[in-house]
Amino acid sequence: MPKLLNLLLAVEHGMKKPVWDCTMCGQCVLHSTGMTCPMTCPKTLRNGPCGGVREDGHCEVKPEMRCVWVKAYDRKVSLPLPTVWKEHYNDLRPPVDMQLKGTSSWVNLITKRDQQTPAGWAKRKEQSGSH
Amino acid sequence: MSKLRDLLTQTKDVVYTAEFPVIDGGGMEQVKKNVDRLAPWFVAVNATDNTAAHAHASNVSVAIAMKQHGLEPIMQIVCRDKNRLAVQADMAGANLHGIENIALLTGDDVTAGDEPETRRVFDLDGPQAINVASILNAGTYLSGRKLNPAPNFFICSVENPFAPPHDYRIERALKKHRAGAQMIQLQIGYHPDRLEKFCAGVAATVPGLAIIPSVVLIKSAKPLSFMNDKVPGISVPQEVIDRVAQYNRFPPR
Ligand code: SF4
Repeated sequence: MPKLLNLLLAVEHGMKKPVWDCTMCGQCVLHSTGMTCPMTCPKTLRNGPCGGVREDGHCEVKPEMRCVWVKAYDRKVSLPLPTVWKEHYNDLRPPVDMQLKGTSSWVNLITKRDQQTPAGWAKRKEQSGSH
Repeated sequence: MSKLRDLLTQTKDVVYTAEFPVIDGGGMEQVKKNVDRLAPWFVAVNATDNTAAHAHASNVSVAIAMKQHGLEPIMQIVCRDKNRLAVQADMAGANLHGIENIALLTGDDVTAGDEPETRRVFDLDGPQAINVASILNAGTYLSGRKLNPAPNFFICSVENPFAPPHDYRIERALKKHRAGAQMIQLQIGYHPDRLEKFCAGVAATVPGLAIIPSVVLIKSAKPLSFMNDKVPGISVPQEVIDRVAQYNRFPPR
């Protein structure tokens, strides 16, 4: 089993690194963010753009780069992505689980490990039902 | 008891808030001077958290000092410098001292400050931090561990309707509201059309949500040019700068 896991990890990283500059956070949300990785935002924001986006749509921190969330929003609006993916765009994404760093998000998806959140977060989600 | 909450949720009054000057020198004397100057005019005043990525007397300490001198604080917590443990500790500390208004912000980047070599944290983002405040209001920490007595925070947040992507700013404000924010202060902006669209968009979904835009007093056109050139997220149209510049001299040309 560990051999298979390592293989999956290598394949996932090999595919995602060149295209999305994947950092292997282990809890991939690409599908819900217009196929733009929020972990490439210098502030690693998972719930939308900060207030510092420049007038030309470039990043507060790296003026030479387009804001990740400007890109994500454009793509969400214009790309023919599945409707369910687009519906998840405004989800409140939970804080990153640092324990998953360097693991395969594919494996974590299958085992549902990537959906585990701290007890307080999970309870609020149940109560508010909205995200 | 939060006067701010009462006025915003139970009346239709226009409510004025302000930002407390940062405290670096002058000690408690200075705090008192600021309170005396601001208290007659404002319902509640923001106690900032290392504003513009510069270190100052801490958010919690200034909020406590303001309260002791009789001015209601809106205690900001910024995600840039604190991981989720520290954010929750600020909240629990505020609760301990009876501070009810808290505002959760993502925050400027460290590159905006005078110590750009520091590590940026952003363990949480603004909407997540708002949700964490809601979790504490329900009587537990993020982990589920009990916090007793539970806080009764009036949760505030900040949005910038003037920065791209403009349409998305409405959705983001609504997300913050779903996470628990009951009031949104807006960043400085010089595009009334964007402001109007934003307010209408938010009101269309959540009619009662309080929105407080910012007003900045300037003595000349210079700070406008400065903000436009140097502060990410703020754009000032040239015609506004020119209009103000006419009045740099009195009488105007
Ligand atoms: S401008 Fe965009 S990419 Fe840059 S820090 Fe802010 S949200 Fe992230």
